[in-house]
Amino acid sequence: MNHGVVLFHTSSAALRAEKILAQAQLVVKLIPTPREFSSDCGIALRFEWNDSARVKELLDEAKVQVAGIHQIG
Amino acid sequence: MIYLDNAATSFPKPDTVVRAMSNFLERAGGNPGRSGHRLSIEAGRIVYDAREAVAELFRARDPLRVIFTLNATHALNLALRGVVRSGDRVVTTSMEHNAVMRPLRALERAGVRVIVAPCTRDGSLDLDAMYRAVEPGTRLVVVNHASNVVGTILPIAEIARLAHAAGALILVDAAQTAGVLPIDLAAMEIDLLAFTGHKGLYGPPGTGGLVFGENVDAAIIEPLWRGGTGSRSESEEQPDDLPDKFESGTPNGVGIAGLGAGARFVLERGVDAIRAHEVELTRMLIEGLQNISGVVVHGTRDAEKCTAVVSFTVEDRQVSEIGLWLDEEFGVLCRVGLHCAPAAHRTLGTFPRGTVRFAPGIFTTQDDIRVALDAVRRIVRG
Repeated sequence: MNHGVVLFHTSSAALRAEKILAQAQLVVKLIPTPREFSSDCGIALRFEWNDSARVKELLDEAKVQVAGIHQIG
Repeated sequence: MIYLDNAATSFPKPDTVVRAMSNFLERAGGNPGRSGHRLSIEAGRIVYDAREAVAELFRARDPLRVIFTLNATHALNLALRGVVRSGDRVVTTSMEHNAVMRPLRALERAGVRVIVAPCTRDGSLDLDAMYRAVEPGTRLVVVNHASNVVGTILPIAEIARLAHAAGALILVDAAQTAGVLPIDLAAMEIDLLAFTGHKGLYGPPGTGGLVFGENVDAAIIEPLWRGGTGSRSESEEQPDDLPDKFESGTPNGVGIAGLGAGARFVLERGVDAIRAHEVELTRMLIEGLQNISGVVVHGTRDAEKCTAVVSFTVEDRQVSEIGLWLDEEFGVLCRVGLHCAPAAHRTLGTFPRGTVRFAPGIFTTQDDIRVALDAVRRIVRG
């Protein structure tokens, strides 16, 4: 499965994002931030890369601050 | 036992609060926001859910603008000392608790001008006096939403308008009103709201917070304490992100779990239903006490104009003596004295003798009130 990961500045933002995306029926999971990304916070949100446009749109709408969105394997 | 001290702390707590706290200790005991494992994430979710419940209660759109503190006092200190600088002008009222007055008096010694707008003898605010006090150039207006001594409710939306017209921010001390009166951050134009978790939100002690209104730039507020946040760990500088900027150190996760459940309890019951119950009990108390010869009820004596806090004195009797009799002979628990609010008691004319304060809550029944009134009647007859 092709995944993406959203990075955040705070874990509170990650938890907020998880809730918003899960409520929109997207398949997401909080994971320890993969080492290859220099991240501000210990947890990142994994999602299915096919949903990336929708992820960006939903987080934008809710004004959740995002530190980066990357494609992972 | 009849517990009439809910203005000090609510008792008992809802079962859901107790369960949420034991669940946190038994099942979710990781350090929220620190690690990436399941117990840390689960603890983080519980803390986040509490943020969301509090935000919903105060109609705040962004839960990350809810900052958790240990109580309303910490939240007030954070706001006062974070916003006000030497040379600034601050306006408050003569009905404040020491949680506001003591930090203000300390700031005064550090070069801040503190102006106290007078309230009337029933604790009501003279809006004209407030208007005159809030001169252009005022930095901050800090007011209680309702008095902890007599429950008198202040017109927050009107005060906020005066403050904003003068270019000032408004900080509201909602220690007595969170959960018992409707609070809408945007509609009331509140910039900073300090609340406690252990009174009208039915959470445990050691919980509370500061909520930032949408138009407040958190960058203007200095944190009172700095340290680890679990975020931006590569930097030795405090982050600017909310809520981390103001939440250094491991939070009171178990307490916040209880606070979240308490806020949900309030949301489910509905603030309007809670208020209706408390108005009814307050009306019974005021009428009943006024009918006892020798008893003087202080404040507005109008249940619609105050929270469920009724203060009274008895001619020629010490309040401490009445408090002791109520507890020992009748099992009625209340608080007597000055209630950490010397300014308010001076305004009410009850300084330094103090008052007996009855504060019913959501679990108080009309029968409880009848028993308490009967106890007072018997003590007065002596």
